[in-house]
Amino acid sequence: MSNGTPSSAGPPRRRVLDAVTGSLSRRYASERRFRLLGRIAVLSGLVFVGSLFLSIILNGYSGFFQTYVKLPVAFEQEALDPEGKRDRAALATADYGALVKKSLQAAFPDVSGRSELRELYGLVSSGAEYQLLDMVEADPSVIGTTRDVWLITSDDFDMLYKGRIDRDVPESDRRVSDRVLGWLDALEKQGAIETRFNWSFFTNGDSREPELAGIGGAVMGSFYTLLVCLVIAFPIGVAAAVYLEEFAPKNRLTDLIEVNINNLAAVPSIVFGLLGLAVLINFFGMPRSAPVVGGLVLALMVLPTIIIAGRASLKSVPPSIREAALGVGASKMQTVFHHVLPLAMPGMMTGMIIGMAHALGETAPLLMIGMVAFVVDVPRGFFDPSTLLPVQIYLWADSPERAFVEKTAAAIIVLLAFLITMNALAVFLRRRFERRW
Amino acid sequence: MSTPLLIAVLLALTAAAYVLGRRRSVAESGGVGGVRHLHSLPSYYGSYAALWCLIPALLVLAVWTAFQSTIVTELVVKQLPQDVQQLGADRLGLVLNDVRNLAGGNVVSREVTPELRAAADHLRSLERTSAAAMAVAVLSLGIIGGGLAWRQISPRLRARNRVETIVSVLLVTASTIAIFTTIGIVLSVLFESIRFFRSVPLTDFLFGLDWSPQMALRADQVGSSGAFGAVPLFAGTLLISGIAMLVAVPIGLMSAIYLSEYANREFRAVAKPVLEILAGIPTVVYGFFAALTVAPLVRDAGGFFGLDVASESALAAGLVMGIMIIPFVSSLSDDVINAVPQSMRDAAYALGATPSETVRQVILPAALPGIVGSILLAVSRAIGETMIVVMAAGLSAKLTANPLDSVTTVTVQIVTLLVGDQEFDSPKTLAAFALGLVLFVATLGLNVIALHVVRKYREQYE
Repeated sequence: MSNGTPSSAGPPRRRVLDAVTGSLSRRYASERRFRLLGRIAVLSGLVFVGSLFLSIILNGYSGFFQTYVKLPVAFEQEALDPEGKRDRAALATADYGALVKKSLQAAFPDVSGRSELRELYGLVSSGAEYQLLDMVEADPSVIGTTRDVWLITSDDFDMLYKGRIDRDVPESDRRVSDRVLGWLDALEKQGAIETRFNWSFFTNGDSREPELAGIGGAVMGSFYTLLVCLVIAFPIGVAAAVYLEEFAPKNRLTDLIEVNINNLAAVPSIVFGLLGLAVLINFFGMPRSAPVVGGLVLALMVLPTIIIAGRASLKSVPPSIREAALGVGASKMQTVFHHVLPLAMPGMMTGMIIGMAHALGETAPLLMIGMVAFVVDVPRGFFDPSTLLPVQIYLWADSPERAFVEKTAAAIIVLLAFLITMNALAVFLRRRFERRW
Repeated sequence: MSTPLLIAVLLALTAAAYVLGRRRSVAESGGVGGVRHLHSLPSYYGSYAALWCLIPALLVLAVWTAFQSTIVTELVVKQLPQDVQQLGADRLGLVLNDVRNLAGGNVVSREVTPELRAAADHLRSLERTSAAAMAVAVLSLGIIGGGLAWRQISPRLRARNRVETIVSVLLVTASTIAIFTTIGIVLSVLFESIRFFRSVPLTDFLFGLDWSPQMALRADQVGSSGAFGAVPLFAGTLLISGIAMLVAVPIGLMSAIYLSEYANREFRAVAKPVLEILAGIPTVVYGFFAALTVAPLVRDAGGFFGLDVASESALAAGLVMGIMIIPFVSSLSDDVINAVPQSMRDAAYALGATPSETVRQVILPAALPGIVGSILLAVSRAIGETMIVVMAAGLSAKLTANPLDSVTTVTVQIVTLLVGDQEFDSPKTLAAFALGLVLFVATLGLNVIALHVVRKYREQYE
């Protein structure tokens, strides 16, 4: 339609055109508003992602470091080994805590009085005595000498040195007194404080002392649980997907199975925990807090995910493959297991990895089956009481000590690193093995 | 013999059965040249023997491990002195715990009496007998099964068909696990709920306005009669989920529209995966984020405007839950919007519509059933979400619509009722199962409705 010249267009037509052009600015404005809203929505989503990661990383990076203080420790002969026999059992039971206290007193000789002394002893972690024990056990010849030892500090001192405790608030509102600030400054002036990478965070089990707590036990617990989950869920998931996609006749039973799988995928995870509690623990009498039970519950939970992904990848194998195999005389079973399944395997692996990542991050059902116990030992089997990485995060997040905040965030960083690795692996598998037919 | 070792031995036996079966089929057929006389390939004969060796033995192993501890405990209880047997279930449980600890060489909470010692010895001997008997039973069953199958092997045995039958039975069994899981969930929640409703009437539970699940330990105790009116929990759940949906639906829907209709390819390629990261983050991380960062932020912001905000406000938990749900809404809506055929967009543009008019008047109406379905799925997700509310919402059951107040939810109460030491028979723990039943029914209902909406109102194009 041509716009027409003013002379050729009659008055009514002009009015329509006027109405259209007149409304244009309004329509364009609404168009801009709409576009702006969309942009705001996407940006706020991105901002949420950013602030979530930023908040975790800012809180957590210091959790990978630990403050140590250098003190001259006198390994006195009479305190450790009065008989001079270097007997290992006797050495192991000696009072190393007293050595730590003495060296602290020697470093700050002008401290006196019960409460002040207690504060001074509080500089160093209760784990320091085990450091000394380890030194003596490794090399008994240190007895009788005085060595400079880097001792692990307590959580409050660690927080103070890392700047997590504000020095400028009045003393009454602060967790540590002005005296401790003075000691910190004195030690720092001597160069007797340093932070080191906290390797024991990755090997230790849980502890009531934040500076000694680690995720080693939780990681092992997660490993055992996921292993059980994988061993159960993957074969069953693949078998179910193969049956439903390749063999199942269209009847009531298979309809029922399909409806069930879709519904189970949407059941809240905590309900699976109730199932585990009622059936596995109360009915079958399986042990609480054991990776086997956790693995079973998680396997039931991720099964729908694996089945749905498996079916999708079987569906993407073109029928010509099946027809060719059947055409050269393979049985239906041979067709599926020798030709279709290998071609669908990358997709199934992707689904399995995503399911495992989901299981690794799941917490709620595990709370139901008693995996929230305080477990100090690193589990060494499928029946040992253990805790899992996300549950450990939950437990630490509930702890009142300030130092557990950074430990929690550090554990979250480790968990997210695992999850990102798994998802990256899934993406890699998909890119590498995806075939377009 | 420990169970893992037993399984390893059984697997070794299975491998041996495979090799022997295969070899026998070749030998029976008269050497390498005679293989063509066999009905099936030699490996099928091997698999036949292996399956007969493995499956019956594994079944026995599974059943035995499942019931062993219950039966052993029964036997130990029978042997305990009469007065101990007469104790209530919970105190008997404590005694048994001590017996177990004593047998395992752990610390025992009470004085070690001769009876206790005897019971521990009995338990240990029973467990040892049971383990030995299980090993013998499983291994001999494996050998017998494999041996019988091995003897059957002859060139005329239709090994492939038999193996395929066994495999297809296994496949069917695997796919019925989903049904059994559902049945297990329904039964476990239902049975405990029925026990709960025997002591607390259903109407009190569903319509009661007061929730304080403390049961009196002694009859004369004050103030802990226990009230199980779940309405405050339902209200709290709806409040927090409502806030979450208020955050998630506009942001999720608008970003889906923007990404599919406006954004250029590069921006979409970056922004879509980044938004989907939100779906992969464990909920315990969101809970930590809510408790550590968002809740203080909300409280300070409220304080700035002179509002009194609880430190565990529904607003903070709902906001973070909304963030968690954004990717569900956006990726599901994105699929639906992309399913609207391009010809409809082209037609709208040809009539002179602006892009936003096209979206509002053509695409959204066409995609509406799918969008409603995805929102319903997101609501069911929000209702069943646990960790965020456990870590960031309160514990006190208040009946309020004030988002700045602290409320509690169904999932929070399930967790608080069931975590920690508990006896299993009190209404307090059974109430958790009743709440679980409500949760299960509600989410199931939402899913069914969502599927129905999508199926019934979906426009079929082409």
